[in-house]
Amino acid sequence: MKTRILIVGSGMGGTIVANGLARNLSHELRNGDASLTILGTTNTHLYQPGLLYVPFGRAREIELSRNERSILDRRVNFILDPAKLIDVEHNCVECESGKIHRYDYIIIATGSRLVPEMIPGLKEGAHHFYDLEGARKTREAIDNFEGGRVVININVPHKCPVAPLEITLMLDEHLSERGLRDKSEIIYTYPIGRLHGLEPVAHWALPEFDRRGIQYETFFNTKEVDPVGKTISSEEGDTLSYDLLITIPPHKGAAVVEASGLGPSGWIPTDPKTLLMKGSENVFVVGDTTDIPISKAGSTAHFEADTVIQNITHLVQEGRWARQYDGKVFCFIETGLSSGTYIWFNYETPPKPTPPTQMVHWAKLAYNRMYWLSAGGLL
Amino acid sequence: MSNRTTIDARKAFCPGPMMELIAALKTKEIGDEVEVLSKDKGSSNDIPLWTKKVGHQLVSNEKIDDYWSIVVKKMK
Repeated sequence: MKTRILIVGSGMGGTIVANGLARNLSHELRNGDASLTILGTTNTHLYQPGLLYVPFGRAREIELSRNERSILDRRVNFILDPAKLIDVEHNCVECESGKIHRYDYIIIATGSRLVPEMIPGLKEGAHHFYDLEGARKTREAIDNFEGGRVVININVPHKCPVAPLEITLMLDEHLSERGLRDKSEIIYTYPIGRLHGLEPVAHWALPEFDRRGIQYETFFNTKEVDPVGKTISSEEGDTLSYDLLITIPPHKGAAVVEASGLGPSGWIPTDPKTLLMKGSENVFVVGDTTDIPISKAGSTAHFEADTVIQNITHLVQEGRWARQYDGKVFCFIETGLSSGTYIWFNYETPPKPTPPTQMVHWAKLAYNRMYWLSAGGLL
Repeated sequence: MSNRTTIDARKAFCPGPMMELIAALKTKEIGDEVEVLSKDKGSSNDIPLWTKKVGHQLVSNEKIDDYWSIVVKKMK
């Protein structure tokens, strides 16, 4: 009997799973013993970590995206038809076109979305760089900035956990290069009582901020922004004025997840080791979509995808599980425009940042180009 | 009647138990409770401090075996 595998979402996680399964199950796909379909919402595959460079004019937009079909294995059936309802009781997905896809295994990789509208005034008063349009506007705002107070405001939950530090350190150097740093203040706000959720990273960042004269307001959970008066206020009762406000907006999971009743705010309750939706035996969850309390990052999606590829391959071919996800995450951290460091950690091992080097920065730039091999399932 | 949800952040190095709590509280109604399970001793100090500063209510903060259970009620 044919095994029908359906992937919902064609971002990084979904694409890697599709390409990995196409390679591992080539025999079954050729013989008609398995089918592999991926449902996408767009033809364009965006390399999201590259958006970090756009505000500083250090990325060409053409390098950041490719046609999804061009990076998918030819054995994958790619359908541009967003999922409208995921019915895990009846093992089927209804798409916006009305077409219904049935499955034996489903991988939900629908990612996260920005919801700045959750904070009054944030959308109108702040810039962000978490999508291409936002990154372009942030670039224009930075280009037009001639000195004053920049507030870099972090909200939760958000993906790419080190991006707030990266944008801050890169902006510091960018303003120095333009001769504007002496005429500018940079104030970084963070929701908890230190500079980063990861304690070792926060300890590393503190002297770096002090050395560069970057100010910070911790315990700052954004309540509202006044775009006319140019102020931002916190739930804790603090108010800051700004000339330029750059935010990391809060995120939610995909609307289809909420609409399907699979998880509050679009995050699906997921077993942290099997990556199965809790209570299910054939619904896998990958990437930002899980509710696992670890980083929502591209590397998380990548390492989770590797686990799911191996497990579905073994389930189809041998009827057994291969391995469990160990919580592995790896993040490069740009510490300016020409230096970088990295962290890796898993469920058992905390992260430990090392001193920044130019070599790691180059490695990050190299990875920005090698990403397409990752998405293609080759790296 | 208040609802209580539990976040098991005992393996959460990032974004960390308190960030999970803050994110969860944003989605709750006033009067709802969120329980955080954390192996990070810092959580048992930081979360009550933050709760007081923001104006939420600390319902309980207790050590169970090798982890802490901290319950916060949303007040505003």
